[in-house]
Amino acid sequence: MNEQQAETGKGSSLQAAPSPHLSNASFTTRRMMIDVLIALVPVIVMALYIFKMYAVKQLLICLISTLAAEAIFTKMRGKPLPLMDCSAAVTGLILGLSLPGPAPWYVGVIGSFVAIGVGKTIFGGLGMNIFNPAMVGRAFVMIAFAGSMAASGYLEASVSNVDIITQATPLDSFKQSGVVTPLLDLFTGTTNGSLGEVSAIACLIGGIYLCIRRTASWEIPAGIIAAVIVLGGIANLASPDSGWTVLHHLFGGALLFGAFFIATDPVTSPLTRSGKLIFGVGVGAVIMLLRIFSGYPEGVMFAVLLMNAVTPLLNRWTVPKPFGTVKEAPSEG
Amino acid sequence: MALRLPGFEGTGTFDKGVHPPERKEFSEDAFIEVVPTPERVVVPLIQNIGAPSECIVKSKQQVAMGDPIAKSTAFVSVPIHAPIGGKVMKTSNVTLPNGRHVQAVPIKAEGEQLEGDALMADVLGGDWPKDAADNHDPKAISDAIQEAGIVGLGGAAFPTHVKIMPNDKTTIDALLINGCECEPYLTTDYRVMLEAAGAVVCGALLAARALDAKAVVIAIEANKPKAVEAIQKAAQGTRVQVAVLKTKYPQGSEKHLIKAVMNRKVPPGKLPMDVGAAVSNVGTVVAIARAVLRGKPLTHRVVCVTGAGIRQPKNLLVPIGIRYQDLVNYCGGLTADAARIISGGPMMGFAFTDLEMPVTKGTSAMTVLTRDDVQKAEETSCVRCGRCVDVCPLNLVPSKLGIASRNKNAALAEKYHIFTCLECGSCAYTCPASLPLVQLIRMGKALVTASNK
Repeated sequence: MNEQQAETGKGSSLQAAPSPHLSNASFTTRRMMIDVLIALVPVIVMALYIFKMYAVKQLLICLISTLAAEAIFTKMRGKPLPLMDCSAAVTGLILGLSLPGPAPWYVGVIGSFVAIGVGKTIFGGLGMNIFNPAMVGRAFVMIAFAGSMAASGYLEASVSNVDIITQATPLDSFKQSGVVTPLLDLFTGTTNGSLGEVSAIACLIGGIYLCIRRTASWEIPAGIIAAVIVLGGIANLASPDSGWTVLHHLFGGALLFGAFFIATDPVTSPLTRSGKLIFGVGVGAVIMLLRIFSGYPEGVMFAVLLMNAVTPLLNRWTVPKPFGTVKEAPSEG
Repeated sequence: MALRLPGFEGTGTFDKGVHPPERKEFSEDAFIEVVPTPERVVVPLIQNIGAPSECIVKSKQQVAMGDPIAKSTAFVSVPIHAPIGGKVMKTSNVTLPNGRHVQAVPIKAEGEQLEGDALMADVLGGDWPKDAADNHDPKAISDAIQEAGIVGLGGAAFPTHVKIMPNDKTTIDALLINGCECEPYLTTDYRVMLEAAGAVVCGALLAARALDAKAVVIAIEANKPKAVEAIQKAAQGTRVQVAVLKTKYPQGSEKHLIKAVMNRKVPPGKLPMDVGAAVSNVGTVVAIARAVLRGKPLTHRVVCVTGAGIRQPKNLLVPIGIRYQDLVNYCGGLTADAARIISGGPMMGFAFTDLEMPVTKGTSAMTVLTRDDVQKAEETSCVRCGRCVDVCPLNLVPSKLGIASRNKNAALAEKYHIFTCLECGSCAYTCPASLPLVQLIRMGKALVTASNK
């Protein structure tokens, strides 16, 4: 009795806390970011295989710059350093993978600082930003350094040990001269383009992993792909002679990379299932509009940024009806 | 997965929800033991949802077990009976694990007590005739329930006579007896179903008679095959049906149980009655059977003492008003790494630290978790991943409710239906950023209530 009372007497180790008293520790925000890093592995491997030193240089520049930017900006805000959440690393890699390999070093550095500073920190840091930070950074350098980022930016004038760098990107060569790249090249990735976008198969492998882990919501890529199939199909029917089929639309350019890695950023996409589907369809539709009707060969970045802006509205429109709300109850006569 | 229950459209499950670790192994195989009568009990004067009871005994008065010590003061209120025989002491105040500060009547044990096997036989054992319902008038059943002071023993402690009473205006298509016990760890209802299956079936039939319910279904989660078997056996030859539901939290929530069995949805702010259903817990119907057939009031209940933080997890038959300390002592004490004591289960139970607090009618269990169990990842920023939306069984947007509460935005909280939340904890359990969503929602509810005044 005495022993037992002595034990319960050590009340100091007991604590009260609000319910629930259990939590699912296997899935944390940090784990989500690590999932993205894991999913990026096939994409990065293909980028390194195809673009060799161009990829190494560009990815390292962006990774180091975003981490540095995150450290500097959070220090300026007087907040504890959040590098452990890996979100800055994800932004850096996605930005790097969305740039052309030959782009000069300052493009990556400036893009990274804009991504973290303007894209994220000024909104209040992780979780508060409206626009996808990597795409904010990319949009800035695309406009500021048009020469390095436009179609010609993908070409290396001087002699290079990477042959692909001397070819026009598939979407550009189609837009300018109607040349259709073989599907197999688009699928495996032996074409020129932004570092991460060229290999459809690598994007699919990483993207499906993200969806299975449910780190990315499958509704978003599903919506994008569905919209591209429908609109791409119509475009193909409208001009069947072009040779640019729905599969070219799917496997070409940044479509799959954008669908699985960029549009699925949880912070800047809607909360609810129906919202995510609408968001995905919207991104897919805007991409197709830009690809077919605009002067740009590609439209993933603008499409994502545009739909990011619409996300708060989608969240408002898709507030789910609580369980049992009369409208969804079975009607009784 | 289909329910395959003749006459019912439910699918055996509901949308969304979570599946936390079950952890029933601590106490699922422990037979219900009778705790020796404690030196004293402290009986709170409000143990139910609704109005408090009024003390009708004086200090130093002798009472026998089962004597009324407090009377009900309103329709939604119940009488309270002496759980042990002895001398009434001076009324005191106690704080309950849910934070309520209430008046209580302490009783010091004196004289001979009904204990051990005799008590077990009186509460759970003995013969429970299957045809008892035919011999009782519906009104008499409901009156007996009221006089016995029975409340919902699943944890809500809502006065049972209010739910189980003849009503000419509504038709009850089905009385559902809740044996889901979806909270992790808890085995209280499970042991009752195994060891007093006859009483469960008998009580269910009596309650159905009082309600004039067209059907009676005892609903059990699929992770309790032995309970399903025991109840099926006991129900043979009666109109009681057994529904085996998918193991999922919060399957035992009234609304989700009705959805899983009957495929009907109780709208926000409405009662099960409004969709032709009534729900009662298995422990509650055992108390009904005892009250109606044996004329005994609710003086004892089964409490499961479980978790890695208690030396010998057990299922106990205890007098209402026994101190938690007595339960801990009987179960061999706390382990060295015990970190949190919970009245109820880990998803919805109340944590407390003062073991002098008494067990009440609504105390379903005492769960003791260790430091490892309650370890939580550090709170990080919400990345709007929507996981909470994916799991909320009431189809709410918990993250938005959390933001509304943090920003003290009562209008936003109401727009997102904050009062529909039943605080089941699925969202906070799931949240990758470890946000205290349930706590925020509780604060938000208080905020909205205050701003509407």
